Amino acid sequence: MNALRFCLNDRWLEFSGIAPSTTLLRYLRDTQRLTGTKEGCAEGDCGACTVVVVEKDVEGKPSFRAVNSCLLLLPMLHGKRIYTVEALNSAEGLHPAQAALVEHAGSQCGYCTPGVVMSLFEAAYRTDLDEPWKLDAALCGNLCRCTGYRSIRDAAKQVAGSCPKDRFSDQLAGAAPGPMQLTYSAGPQRFVTPGSLGELWDVLEANPAARLVMGGTDLGLEITKRYAEPALLVSLEALEPLRGIREQPDGTAWLGAATFLTDVEAWSRGKLPPLERMLRYFGARQVKNRATVGGNLCTASPIGDLAPVLLALGARFVLASRAGERRVPAEEFFLAYRKTALGPREVLAAVEVPPLPPGARASSYKVSKRREMDISTVSAAFFVQLDDGGRVTAARLAYGGMAATPARSRSAERVLVGNPWGLETVTAAANELTRDFTPLTDHRGSAAYRLLVARNLLRGFHDETAGTPVPRLPHPHTATAHVGGGGA
Amino acid sequence: MSSHPSSPLHRPTPHESAHRHVTGEALYVDDLPAPPRMLHAQVVTSPVASGRLVRVDSTRARALPGISAVLLAADIPGENNVGPVVKDEPVLAAETVEYLGQSVALVVGDSPAACRAGASLVEMELEPLQPVLSLEEAISAESFLGPPQAISQGEVDGALAFAPLRFSGEVRSGAQDHFYLETQVSLAVPEEGGALKVYCSTQHPSEVQHLVAHALGWGSHQVTVEVPRMGGGFGGKETQAAPFAVLASLAAVKLGRPVKLWLNRDQDMAQTGKRHPFLARFEAGFDAEGHLLGLDARLYSDGGWATDLSRAIMDRALFHLDNAYYVPACRFVGQVCRTNLPSNTAFRGFGGPQGMLVMEEVLNRAAERLGLDPAVVRARNFYADAPRNETPYGQLVTDNRLTRLRAELLESSDYASRRAQVDAWNRSATHLRRGIGFQPVKFGISFTTGFLNQAGALVVMYTDGSVQLNHGGTEMGQGLHTKMRVLCEHELGVCADRVRVMNTATDKVPNTSATAASSGADLNGQAVAEACAQLRERLRPVAAALLGVPAEEAGELSFHGNAVHARGQSVPMVRLAREAYLRQVPLSATGYYRTPGIHFDPRTGRGRPFHYFAYGAAVVEVELSGLTGEHRVTRVDILHDAGRSLVPNIDRGQVEGAFVQGLGWLTCEELLFNAQGKLLTHSPDTYKIPSLGDAPEDFRVQLLEQAPQDGVIHGSKAVGEPPFMLALGVVTALRHAVSSFGPSGREVKLGVPCTPEAVLRAVVAARVR
Repeated sequence: MNALRFCLNDRWLEFSGIAPSTTLLRYLRDTQRLTGTKEGCAEGDCGACTVVVVEKDVEGKPSFRAVNSCLLLLPMLHGKRIYTVEALNSAEGLHPAQAALVEHAGSQCGYCTPGVVMSLFEAAYRTDLDEPWKLDAALCGNLCRCTGYRSIRDAAKQVAGSCPKDRFSDQLAGAAPGPMQLTYSAGPQRFVTPGSLGELWDVLEANPAARLVMGGTDLGLEITKRYAEPALLVSLEALEPLRGIREQPDGTAWLGAATFLTDVEAWSRGKLPPLERMLRYFGARQVKNRATVGGNLCTASPIGDLAPVLLALGARFVLASRAGERRVPAEEFFLAYRKTALGPREVLAAVEVPPLPPGARASSYKVSKRREMDISTVSAAFFVQLDDGGRVTAARLAYGGMAATPARSRSAERVLVGNPWGLETVTAAANELTRDFTPLTDHRGSAAYRLLVARNLLRGFHDETAGTPVPRLPHPHTATAHVGGGGA
Repeated sequence: MSSHPSSPLHRPTPHESAHRHVTGEALYVDDLPAPPRMLHAQVVTSPVASGRLVRVDSTRARALPGISAVLLAADIPGENNVGPVVKDEPVLAAETVEYLGQSVALVVGDSPAACRAGASLVEMELEPLQPVLSLEEAISAESFLGPPQAISQGEVDGALAFAPLRFSGEVRSGAQDHFYLETQVSLAVPEEGGALKVYCSTQHPSEVQHLVAHALGWGSHQVTVEVPRMGGGFGGKETQAAPFAVLASLAAVKLGRPVKLWLNRDQDMAQTGKRHPFLARFEAGFDAEGHLLGLDARLYSDGGWATDLSRAIMDRALFHLDNAYYVPACRFVGQVCRTNLPSNTAFRGFGGPQGMLVMEEVLNRAAERLGLDPAVVRARNFYADAPRNETPYGQLVTDNRLTRLRAELLESSDYASRRAQVDAWNRSATHLRRGIGFQPVKFGISFTTGFLNQAGALVVMYTDGSVQLNHGGTEMGQGLHTKMRVLCEHELGVCADRVRVMNTATDKVPNTSATAASSGADLNGQAVAEACAQLRERLRPVAAALLGVPAEEAGELSFHGNAVHARGQSVPMVRLAREAYLRQVPLSATGYYRTPGIHFDPRTGRGRPFHYFAYGAAVVEVELSGLTGEHRVTRVDILHDAGRSLVPNIDRGQVEGAFVQGLGWLTCEELLFNAQGKLLTHSPDTYKIPSLGDAPEDFRVQLLEQAPQDGVIHGSKAVGEPPFMLALGVVTALRHAVSSFGPSGREVKLGVPCTPEAVLRAVVAARVR
């Protein structure tokens, strides 16, 4: 079969002949003439193109997920249900997400509005919006240049988590979307979604130049910004063995590489605060709804935000090939700038995060020009273990944005280990950072700023963990190391 | 006429397009159905910031399948220029290129992909020249756009010489991209008989019409420009939509086919101008109580490669250096610099924010040096009774609402006790510090180019009593169409569903001014009201006859609820319109308005450039981290003077949106060019406008009550730009927080934009003892 099939606004469509690198946004606007969905940036940074896809959550149940249609390639949608803004209103009137925006005057020029509506639509059916910051997190992926957001926030407060009972909620009661195995080609381009690992190894052996893809939030940019036309993309999306989160008997968490970060974030809440904190500011909801553990790690970007957390927590990476699995420590995975330990025809299957030992202190930090939806200037995650006398017995200080790869500062760690955990030791350790890091000056920040922040975050970690060894982020908070307020 | 309780005026009303916005039905230019045989186009741009264009060869590009044409400068039949004031802006580069990103050729083809392929095959041979890429380079090279502009008052040298506190300094402000969510787009469609229809996302359809005609060598009557709505403008589509509209039009006429030119985000940001960066060098004198005695300020703005509106923007910067404060002696000189960068242009505030920032910095630094509450220093310098009511350009501040705003806002925001709490917090805090700032704004309303202050409207009633409303203003989200419809409902007594606001089109209302300078509702509102009043007065005798009211008593007829009422009887509008038609009464009317009494003489720097002043005030509280420089606006209280607001929820939206846009300019938005003049931050990946979490969590906006403005439509006031500058309070609040890291009595070294890095640098400087 060489046909794509998906359900757009409750209508199943089947077609072939359209290039597999066609984005959903272009298909909606150019082919379907559904122009409610707008292009504001074609890089997943503005949210004007937001649509909603029905996606299986980690428990296998269907849920609505707001996604950036500008970064979604058509074959990624095979077998799925998609809703655009045009589907929402009916003879009965506006959907509550739409009505709330009208009521609170949440549209001015209206160009971002369909995207905002679709993010609100997702939020309307969520049952986990139990903390105020989650509204910000749900909507930070929708830039609006007109309103100043107060009205959008008020609309969100009204509609989020309201779980309306309607033809859409019926979708959530039904079965989850089925397997999405696919072999699709049009012209010189091919897109393959293997349905099993065996099939994956076959494809990789037959096509050494194949590119692996999951959510497409990084690779999509090559297509929308550099107009790449990849000859063969192999999607890992239908491979159940790479997906999900499992807590093992010894407390180790197994995070499947093909698990969406939204699901990892939901799981991490309260369980693994260093991961939870990083995922809060990892990116927009739309991006986390498609980005995966494996995608973020395998690009091996120096500013991939998961890496410092996994380095600090002492995670193991599970690498799989036809020959079986092997495990490498996190710090042995990142070899050089955008180069990993993955061999040919080998994929990242999962990461295993050991439980925090009793008495450990651990936290994570992300500093960027804008708090939400920005790339790290510096990110950091720290782990220290103390003995009964308050001496450091183990330390892992991991940074992003400081070197060509995410990396630990071994020099600073050496200063810590064996010494009493206190300001003096922390300051001495911070002074060692320059031995390990010579960061760049770029448009995100100067080298001097990066170094100073790297030092200060260690100080912040010390102060922040004095009371709570593994702190969550308070709400609201000003800084990634939200510590050191007055007593007034 | 009597105003009826059912009139929608001064009451909340949803945005005229709100329903269509949320359903996705609202059409923007790029959403219009493609006309048959439509072609796409892409601009080929200069790869260097300055150079001589030796040769452009499009042979290979033209040979590519799917390519219809490649236009070069020589292909332009008429005038190769779109300079709105000074003719220094070629549509396509002819002999030289003046910035990296300048349009050199236009590739026209079947699809965007074909155009892209074609564009990559256009060959350019260039002799690079040394570009001017910064204000400093321009100043030392005396690379200027026109002579200096100046206003002055009193004896500034003497005032400074005897000032107890005298200091000098520099103030810089950065560029800001408009980041309208809808990028620049035009669709040109040839019509029969040598005519052209241009659908364009522009704030200035008349200028686009005229420039398209000039480039084609046509009469303006051959070109119609229509604006459905814009996905944001903010000044970025006042002049800078025109070059792309002209390019699409040239191609459409040459090929006899519809041509769409849509810029993607990266192209838009690389090619179009921004808010002008400014550099100010000043010397200020104060007495010990913080009264400003004299200010000598020299402003330099980066105009980019072409003049555009830069000189008018400098005028407004000079007119707003004073902001809300009486300056007994001053010399304000402005110089627009020419650099090899995109041509900077109008952006909400139009130089006002850059001018005001200088004064606010001067006051902050004085307050810091004197150890005074900056809010107190501000109040001490407010415009007041004569003689402290004369602006540096000679206009008297006669409708001063500053004192009232300050009193009401400081009380409602609990400023004094909150400032004390902030100071107490900071005394015991280590890393997290707080700050609070008070920011007044006075903003002059009118185009400073006097003749632009005019507007027209065309109101058409059909025989069923339904109405089409045309006016000269464009809708970019600001709610102008909503306000105009409300005025029409009020004047004619018809209901919203019987009034349709039409797309702005040059064949309906000609020779319009740009929708800009916050003036859209002021100017067009008067024209709409006048046109509606004409229609109403023509209908009045007809209605009187139908109701059996004697003609001399027709004045008591009340128009409301789609009917005309008198003495307990009514006649529905549907019947009245029909009757008027049968009686051969004309059912269309044009309205026209010009602002009276404004003038300014640039030679003397004196005059009355503004019809009136709009006012506002804000109290802003922030928290910052001394570890990372990250910061957050925790609470904002705004009291804004929108006169007797035409539609209060629309005005509140303008205040909130303007504040957050100003917050972006002052905190997170940073445009960076490399050493070759290439924009590095050309997409939202690297250019950061505020997102939802950056908006103040506690955001209290009130409109000043009981504040009608004389001489403005129904007592309202312009509201688009003034609240942008309320965000300057963020800087004052951040400085307050930073100052807590060091000893008092010292100037805080914080520049804008106050990125986390800039704040941390200031904290480090403050800590040095």
